[in-house]
Amino acid sequence: MNAEVRPIKTAAETALATSFAAVKRALPGPATVGVLREDAFRRFETEGLPHRRVEEWKYTDLRALMREAKPLAGVPDAAAKARAKAALATLAAVDARSIVFVDGALVPELSDLDGLEAGLTIRSMAQALAAGDGDLLAHLGRLVPTDDVAVALNTAFMGDGALIHVAPGVALAQPIHLVFVNAGSEAASVFARSLVVIEDGARAMLLESHVGCSDASDHQVNAVLELKVGDAAHVDHIKITGEGAGALHVSSLMAAIGAHARFNEFLFTTGGGVVRNQVFVCFGGEGTVAGIRGATLLQGHQHADTTLVAEHAAAECTSREVFKSVLDEHGRSVFQGKIIVRPHAQKTDAKMATHALLLSETAEADNKPELEIFADDVQCGHGATSGALEQELLFYLKARGIPAKEAEALLIQAFVGEAVEGIEHAGLRDALIDRVVAWLKARE
Amino acid sequence: MPAVPQTVDQVRRIDVDQYKYGFVTDIESDKAPKGLSEDIVRFISAKKNEPEWMLAWRLDAYRRWLTMREPRWARVSHSPIDYQNIYYYAAPKKKDGPKSLEEIDPEILKTYEKLGIPLREVAVLERVTPPEGESEQEGNGYGRVAVDAVFDSVSVATTFKQELAKAGVLFMPISEALQTHPEMVKKYIGTVVPISDNFYATLNSAVFSDGSFVYVPRGVRCPMELSTYFRINERDTGQFERTLIIADKGSYVSYLEGCTAPMRDENQLHAAVVELIALEDAEIKYSTIQNWYPGDATGRGGVYNFVTKRGDCRGKNSKISWTQLETGSAITWKYPSCILRGDNARGEFYSIAISNGHQQVDSGTKMLHLGKNTTSRIISKGIAAGRSNNTYRGLVMAHPRAKGARNFTNCDSLLIGDKCGAHTVPYIEAKNSSAVFEHEATTSKISEDTLFYCRQRGLSAEDAVALVVNGFVKDVLQQLPMEFAVEAQKLISISLEGSVG
Repeated sequence: MNAEVRPIKTAAETALATSFAAVKRALPGPATVGVLREDAFRRFETEGLPHRRVEEWKYTDLRALMREAKPLAGVPDAAAKARAKAALATLAAVDARSIVFVDGALVPELSDLDGLEAGLTIRSMAQALAAGDGDLLAHLGRLVPTDDVAVALNTAFMGDGALIHVAPGVALAQPIHLVFVNAGSEAASVFARSLVVIEDGARAMLLESHVGCSDASDHQVNAVLELKVGDAAHVDHIKITGEGAGALHVSSLMAAIGAHARFNEFLFTTGGGVVRNQVFVCFGGEGTVAGIRGATLLQGHQHADTTLVAEHAAAECTSREVFKSVLDEHGRSVFQGKIIVRPHAQKTDAKMATHALLLSETAEADNKPELEIFADDVQCGHGATSGALEQELLFYLKARGIPAKEAEALLIQAFVGEAVEGIEHAGLRDALIDRVVAWLKARE
Repeated sequence: MPAVPQTVDQVRRIDVDQYKYGFVTDIESDKAPKGLSEDIVRFISAKKNEPEWMLAWRLDAYRRWLTMREPRWARVSHSPIDYQNIYYYAAPKKKDGPKSLEEIDPEILKTYEKLGIPLREVAVLERVTPPEGESEQEGNGYGRVAVDAVFDSVSVATTFKQELAKAGVLFMPISEALQTHPEMVKKYIGTVVPISDNFYATLNSAVFSDGSFVYVPRGVRCPMELSTYFRINERDTGQFERTLIIADKGSYVSYLEGCTAPMRDENQLHAAVVELIALEDAEIKYSTIQNWYPGDATGRGGVYNFVTKRGDCRGKNSKISWTQLETGSAITWKYPSCILRGDNARGEFYSIAISNGHQQVDSGTKMLHLGKNTTSRIISKGIAAGRSNNTYRGLVMAHPRAKGARNFTNCDSLLIGDKCGAHTVPYIEAKNSSAVFEHEATTSKISEDTLFYCRQRGLSAEDAVALVVNGFVKDVLQQLPMEFAVEAQKLISISLEGSVG
């Protein structure tokens, strides 16, 4: 366990270095952004791809899982756009303003960019970067600073994404749906970067979907969303990961939450070969109430990792974290959740629960719920369980004439339901429950 | 809810500046030159008159150690340790002659008396009575403890040897076991903690000087508690003891360990290895009261306690239980673990860790479920005060083969003041669906209902709290053998009210 780690680069690391040297001048942004990219890439070069000896990546060894680095995705062609358009029709039937990115690039003709409500602005990240937008640069990478290598890699290569601003006090009637579609015929890598600023007292709901619809399913996605939630703002963010079967998907959410705000986060994962969802939330103002939840349904050889760091940096905030995973076949779920309570964050009330349901003998669940507490007048707790379906419950249902498979499905649905019910938007809640049901049907 | 004043007061009583065992015994000692090299390893081996294979084993460990790095994942920080500035061997000088209690240097005897450890064979300890229903019959051994006293690098005395021999139990310094039972040591040493297990264990394998060796034969219930008392005395020495306990089929042994060190400004290194082996139907109960010098109120000095303790439940239906009360050391890095290899094996870990001053504790356990229907239980209570940091770090893992594995984990912690930290880092890895793991780190606030119930029955508020709290900490304390429980209860009658996560 203490052997020296040899500084030999893997094929993927070498390819990324070559790629960066080749494209760095063509990537959007003025010199200041160029410096950001160079710094970030140097950080990646010193650390390399995260591996199992890096505590935060212990269970998701990217060095082993990412054998090669796919070339950067090009501008989507007409065929890709057509495939994307077809894929959009199958997405959750929620009335929302869609902003569509195909292979990482904003496609205006597929997006609803007209008739924006007063106080709402939506722009392309690539364009704002190219223009050296002052507001953007003031926030970029600064909301919740992290030294995570995946985020650094995104900063080095960041291309397009959404730049959204909601003015103070504005309540958006319609949710905004960011749709990232991988539709290229060749496997490619996408570095999406978005920044969403919801000002004080505003209300917004943000959906984020990642779907794959091309023949090549082994795309590599590294997506970063930076989110600022102002004082007394109310924001919901729901991320749905439904990538293609072979996709490598790493996403990072960095959210800075103000005082007396309400923030709800939900991570729903069914797709992708290797998925890593990172959430870094910082509660910087007093009296905020937050719910961070997620559901993961895996089969085949899928691997999904949810890594959450919830930092209570201000007093009297309440946070609830509930994560559920259902694992079939060789599915493997990882949950690493850390609650940090800073010295002055007295009266913090934080509770985290993570539950894994193993449906097959070969599934694996790794849980690491952490507490890091520096204040003495707080209530923090966590619970973690893993196991199979309870035989007594199954028996009870079967005794009442419900076939075994159906009884199993009912129990699984109820298990996942506890997390999904935390979603406030009724339409979306139903849509996700439908997806759970569909997943269970496909299992039969 | 913040800690209640009663708790604060109790913890204060065992604060770092209250350390009672910080005296130095003035005694001449034999020391190897400072520093570590192959020559020192050879010197130690020669001093102990060890067989050739033991030296080869040590040298192998030493060479491996040279290629290793200190682990850095624990939540502790310290200035670099200069491994060349430590005496790896120090032994009290003794005159020639037969080795009996009468021959022991009176200074050493006085030291142990001061520490409250009886090296003379005292028949019955005061204050201790047998549990109800069991009278003090001959041979059941209640109230008597056989002690192996380790002073710096050597064992100075072992008591009750003859009586133990009657039962067939071997209890002796490991250096002696290497002379009298080398085949047995060779068979088991390094089979639980391999030579290259980790940085400190490998260092220990190269330079270990003494420690206890216990063998309990088939079907024997060890007639008394066995105990080792470790004492670091000499300046700039490291203590590297190695303990090996083997419980043969169907046997039972309870083993206690205590440790103290003088107050010194420099940090002293203690890197021990403990290996437990429980064969079919055997049970080992291992209890520790760790009270090494914790350093002064400014964080100067103190013992670095980097210890590898592991038990192997090798046979079916075997059981290993670790109980620890940790109050000492500047840094504690210690994870008593159980490898649950045999089917139906059971592992237990009960811990109370209290940190004060600038102490850093990173401790916990590993429960590795390999056999079918193996069960484990972890109860851990951490209390941090002053500027200390107290981390629970534990791993529970079920191998794909470990069908029906079960674990229950409960860890609570309590902070006193806003300059300390309490942390919980559990790793829970289920690799098969029939493994059922439950983990909770809960707030252990006393419920109003319970208090009301007690008060309604005429108890004062204070008594009600004390009653509930005692019941709460009892989880751990009741696991201690009686001889220790008395001491432990005096050391902490701590309320955990208002504990966090």
